[in-house]
Amino acid sequence: MQSSLSLSFSQGSSAVALAPRSRLSPDSLPLASPAAPASLRFCGLRREALGFSSLRKSGCGASGSVLVASQNRAPGRVSASASDNGSAPKSFDYDLVIIGAGVGGHGAALNAVEMGLKTAIIEGDVVGGTCVNRGCVPSKALLAVSGRMRELQSDHHLKALGLQVAAAGYDRQAVADHANNLASKIRNNLTNSMKALGVDILTGVGTVLGPQKVKYGKDNVITAKDIIIATGSVPFVPRGIEVDGKTVITSDHALKLESVPDWIAIVGSGYIGLEFSDVYTALGSEVTFIEALDQLMPGFDPEIGKLAQRVLINPRKIDYHTGVFASKITPAKDGKPVTIELIDAKTKEPKDTLEVDAALIATGRAPFTQGLGLENVNVVTQRGFVPVDERMRVIDANGNLVPHLYCIGDANGKMMLAHAASAQGISVVEQVTGKDHVLNHLSIPAACFTHPEISMVGLTEPQAREKAEKEGFEVSVAKTSFKANTKALAENEGEGLAKLIYRPDNGEILGVHIFGLHAADLIHEVSNAIALGTRIHEIKYAVHAHPTLSEVVDELFKSAKVHSQAPSPVSEPVAV
Amino acid sequence: MAHLLKTTFISSSPALRPRRIPGHRAGRVSTHPVQAKIREIFMPALSSTMTEGKIVSWVKSEGDKLSKGESVVVVESDKADMDVETFYDGYLAAIVVEEGGVAPVGSAIALLAESEEEIAEAKFKAGSSGLPSSDQSAAPAAQETVPENAGPATPPPQAAKATAAAASAGSAVHPASEGGKRIVASPYAKKLAKELKVELGRIVGSGPNGRIVAKDIEAAAADLAVAAAPAPGSAAPPAAAAVELGTVVPFTTMQGAVSRNMVESLSVPTFRVGYTITTDALDALYKKIKSKGVTMTALLAKATALALVKHPVVNSSCRDGKSFTYNSNINIAVAVAMDGGLITPVLQDADKVDIYSLSRKWKELVDKARAKQLQPHEYNTGTFTLSNLGIFGVDRFDAILPPGTGAIMAVGASQPTVVASKDGRIGMKNQMQVNVTADHRVIYGADLASFLQTLAKIIDDPKDLTF
Repeated sequence: MQSSLSLSFSQGSSAVALAPRSRLSPDSLPLASPAAPASLRFCGLRREALGFSSLRKSGCGASGSVLVASQNRAPGRVSASASDNGSAPKSFDYDLVIIGAGVGGHGAALNAVEMGLKTAIIEGDVVGGTCVNRGCVPSKALLAVSGRMRELQSDHHLKALGLQVAAAGYDRQAVADHANNLASKIRNNLTNSMKALGVDILTGVGTVLGPQKVKYGKDNVITAKDIIIATGSVPFVPRGIEVDGKTVITSDHALKLESVPDWIAIVGSGYIGLEFSDVYTALGSEVTFIEALDQLMPGFDPEIGKLAQRVLINPRKIDYHTGVFASKITPAKDGKPVTIELIDAKTKEPKDTLEVDAALIATGRAPFTQGLGLENVNVVTQRGFVPVDERMRVIDANGNLVPHLYCIGDANGKMMLAHAASAQGISVVEQVTGKDHVLNHLSIPAACFTHPEISMVGLTEPQAREKAEKEGFEVSVAKTSFKANTKALAENEGEGLAKLIYRPDNGEILGVHIFGLHAADLIHEVSNAIALGTRIHEIKYAVHAHPTLSEVVDELFKSAKVHSQAPSPVSEPVAV
Repeated sequence: MAHLLKTTFISSSPALRPRRIPGHRAGRVSTHPVQAKIREIFMPALSSTMTEGKIVSWVKSEGDKLSKGESVVVVESDKADMDVETFYDGYLAAIVVEEGGVAPVGSAIALLAESEEEIAEAKFKAGSSGLPSSDQSAAPAAQETVPENAGPATPPPQAAKATAAAASAGSAVHPASEGGKRIVASPYAKKLAKELKVELGRIVGSGPNGRIVAKDIEAAAADLAVAAAPAPGSAAPPAAAAVELGTVVPFTTMQGAVSRNMVESLSVPTFRVGYTITTDALDALYKKIKSKGVTMTALLAKATALALVKHPVVNSSCRDGKSFTYNSNINIAVAVAMDGGLITPVLQDADKVDIYSLSRKWKELVDKARAKQLQPHEYNTGTFTLSNLGIFGVDRFDAILPPGTGAIMAVGASQPTVVASKDGRIGMKNQMQVNVTADHRVIYGADLASFLQTLAKIIDDPKDLTF
């Protein structure tokens, strides 16, 4: 169904037409096409389709080493086993040195060892980086608490399920401890996994001294055949904002949950701000969003954003100011509240002043690349980001590639997500071990862990339409609602929408956006399909267990209308 | 009572219901293009089973230009949410059903003007004709200002008067607002104010730095609700629910109890003493602290309780015909009329509890009374009873003494009165008449007279009411 379909209805004289927002009635499902036997190949292996995965035979160290030896390394050291962290090349201390032991560096290190590279990882702070210590991980602990609080506080929801719960309460310190304990547990897991494989963890700030040469700590200089910069990012604090760590805070402080203010202003309504609004409102705070753009939740598909606003913002104790900058934020002191001066984002005229108990700065993240010694290899950062090509190879001031130097993760700014950094790291290791690999960023999913969750992969509808116009293809949109899903209704969580943006001519998936119960877990079916190049008319015959939430995605594929004459990329059927 | 009318228009959430002005049926135009240039946008039938739809959100706002095919509104049906598009170019002149509102299929939810000049005309139409979208929808909608289950509708002028009075009061200073230039209210307070239709500008915040917080809004709304609710002590309000004439209807349990008590009261020798009290100071105080949720009922109860402290005999009763029972607590019972009956919720220890807590307690009791959830100790432990018909404009009346208590005070309306003062001048003062009925076995004339004198003094100089 197309979103702009106009149809008239019984009231002929009325001044309206309809466009379906979500398709729901199961009786209008397209039946499986008669061409079904031909498309049985959907379950055949697509060996030619992209990727390093076919090369990574698990636990098979010898084959990894052979492969490495064939291209990058001197023959004669074929016997290295995957768990031995390789052995040092003659001229270099290490095959690979990674600066930064966050999730990106960790992913690269693990893959490097598996590929037989002698690997070291330099960390100037704590292993785990932002994600584990000050990001994804502790925030999930807080969100797990807020999700349960929300359930226990939702009287009519509980009543509808027949449950009776007396007033739910929480102990702030215990919640904070849960987040902290989770972070240390994951940090230990991460450290141990690298130690077990024999990755050398070098402590100290890493600096690039020159080509293939790195200094760490005070004056330890090591050489490496290849270097990966994976230094990540820090919270971005715009000018005029004074962070005191108590009443004006960033996500770093907020995750420690040292206080739950009555009223907190959140500057920025991206996914960080949204997740914190979920936590704070569940714990009893009231929230004011300050967003520089005209709409809340920029970056999300507009339709999903609109629905999310209806569910995550409007009914909660949240208000917002859009189209304004927080030009000055002063922390609370001497009995005065936190004051926030707002100016119009366009005219820069003063608009309003807010007085709140606390302010959380969630205006995004800035790359952490200072002191990296990039000037030693003639690299100039762009707004702090290290410029790279599509293979994560660092580009110098003259536009030339810097040999043997790579940058992954938040520091390159391509896609500031932990799992993207890890994927980039793996991609780099593939390249330095002789296998060309380009990561398809459009197949990397993203998720926002509000209640309910938001997830997405690929393009938003406006992005897809822009691309379609440029490249001259047609775009269609299919939608399904959680209201029609049995499992969602059983949970009494029917609020939600899944949206598929695709090419009706060849069944290519351009993007999928899901807002609803467990959306973050549902997106992977789609991101895998995109990564493997699976087309809608192939995946739509895959079977989903009933009743599960995954049927939302199933219905999405089934409701897409792909022109049947679409040529198939796989020509011969595969026996199963 | 709206639900009795079986209209499909009424939404389930009272706070979000659109306010309508009662329509004149004569003004209704039944053909769809109202005039050539102002069109109605209807609630569409989104499925064969749909009878009504909920407005999820207006994509456009009033005054926006629309072009054919553009989405105007999102409607939630029994099955799905749909964008509703316009068939015509024009301007969205007036939104008839607000977001969150529910309208039956085929009823007008907005007006579309062809040119900008016609927006005003369309707005006028939306406002004055009431746009009866379905039969009976306008009339019940108009009465929704009456709080839920308030029983037979309060006479509208009364409610309106009370609301108006409430609205004009409380023009206090906001500490956090830089002299009224700016209102500092928490996000939830703002949301609540919108929902409960409370004006933020009239509220003094109790949060940090004078910020308005949710409980301030709740208190203000409760105040409005109490003011608009049926006045305590009244008989069945005039616009009673339809009574079938020519039938005999047995008493309900509550009416039976009232009847027994009234007959029983005949065995008590009562007498009455009246007094005229000047209320200018009390009115001024009320105006000042009303925005903090203080009600007139609570103020009167408090004043009475403070007077009773000095005259314990008026708070006593005669249980056996042989002795005084001096009550240790001063519990003020206040008569409340409710659907088909009368009940006297009790403000316990009214002399000791501060006025703000007393007002909150009163609201709680009234809510419980409406929901018929009062516990026995909450309506039968009164030691002194108040009955106030003043809110209906009654200037004087007398009350029957409830058995087991010593005295009841009937309170009339406070009204501007021309008064001659001792120095020979003539002036205008607000005065009200009170009339106490008492059991002469324990309370004598002089007791009541000096009690009333004390009460008049307290009301004339009410600073003690707030401590």
